[in-house]
Amino acid sequence: MDRAEVEAKMTDLLVEELGLERDKINMAATFEEDLEVDSLGVVELLMALEDNFGVAIPDEEAESIGTVGQAVDVVMGKLGA
Amino acid sequence: MTDRVALVTGASRGIGRAIAINLAASGCAVAVNYRSRSEAADEVVGLIEETGGRAIAVAADVADADAVAAMTADVAEKLGPIAVLVNNAGITDDDLVLRMKPEAWDRVIQTNLGSAYLCTRAVLRGMLKARWGRIINITSVSGLSGNPGQANYAAAKAGLVGLTKSVAKEVGSRGITVNAIAPGFIETDMTEELAEDVRAAVLPAITLGRFGSPEDVAAAVGYLASEDAGYVTGQVLVVDGGLAF
Repeated sequence: MDRAEVEAKMTDLLVEELGLERDKINMAATFEEDLEVDSLGVVELLMALEDNFGVAIPDEEAESIGTVGQAVDVVMGKLGA
Repeated sequence: MTDRVALVTGASRGIGRAIAINLAASGCAVAVNYRSRSEAADEVVGLIEETGGRAIAVAADVADADAVAAMTADVAEKLGPIAVLVNNAGITDDDLVLRMKPEAWDRVIQTNLGSAYLCTRAVLRGMLKARWGRIINITSVSGLSGNPGQANYAAAKAGLVGLTKSVAKEVGSRGITVNAIAPGFIETDMTEELAEDVRAAVLPAITLGRFGSPEDVAAAVGYLASEDAGYVTGQVLVVDGGLAF
């Protein structure tokens, strides 16, 4: 899976699983401020990433995720791509 | 409430048994949890199946994290995602606090309170995904008013109230309600052990003039588990015949 595919799948997940608006999502968007995702939403996002990409993200790495792009980085790193 | 899956802990007898039967009657597929009484749990399953309901018996010590994880996975696989969780499992190990052994304290806290945390954590993921869930914690009037000889039990039951309210606030935005029911004196094996003079002393204090039945409590659980209770969360519903108000 290349970066463009991960980005596209990530966007779909954010729309389908977290109910975010597609128009607002870009790689620089921050979860907390731009997308208004609450702390439970972040947990839901991690669950969705685990379920859909088959990757487990430990708490330390999860804390480093601030933007959509950073979430893509973490998933790419786990996929070894 | 057809086809929803409910897990009732400590459901082989007493209040848990009545709750399992009530939820099954309203259309839930029910997982009847028990620790050691497999025959009693099978009997509850049989009663439910006789009336056309769906149920399975699942063994697990709900005070044990690994056992809870294995049980909830087993239920999800056999019946589907758990939509209704009733944390009912409970034990007593009464003594005056001065004489209460640390083991008796720990065991009661872990079985009555720790189990609810473990089961809640195990089922929440599925409820979040479904954007629907009902968690009902069975506390006790002992936890609200205190009861001599029951410092451990009352502390665990009061702890359930804090758990109920905190989790209700955490997951309310996702369509999940979390409530507690505080039964008063209910006729079960647990209260049968009470001395006759204790029972005689309590009765005049009950406004409705009788001890409650497990079905009285189960009916309240049935309501909180239903679609009708969708705007009720973080509450403690006291079902005590008017013992304290």
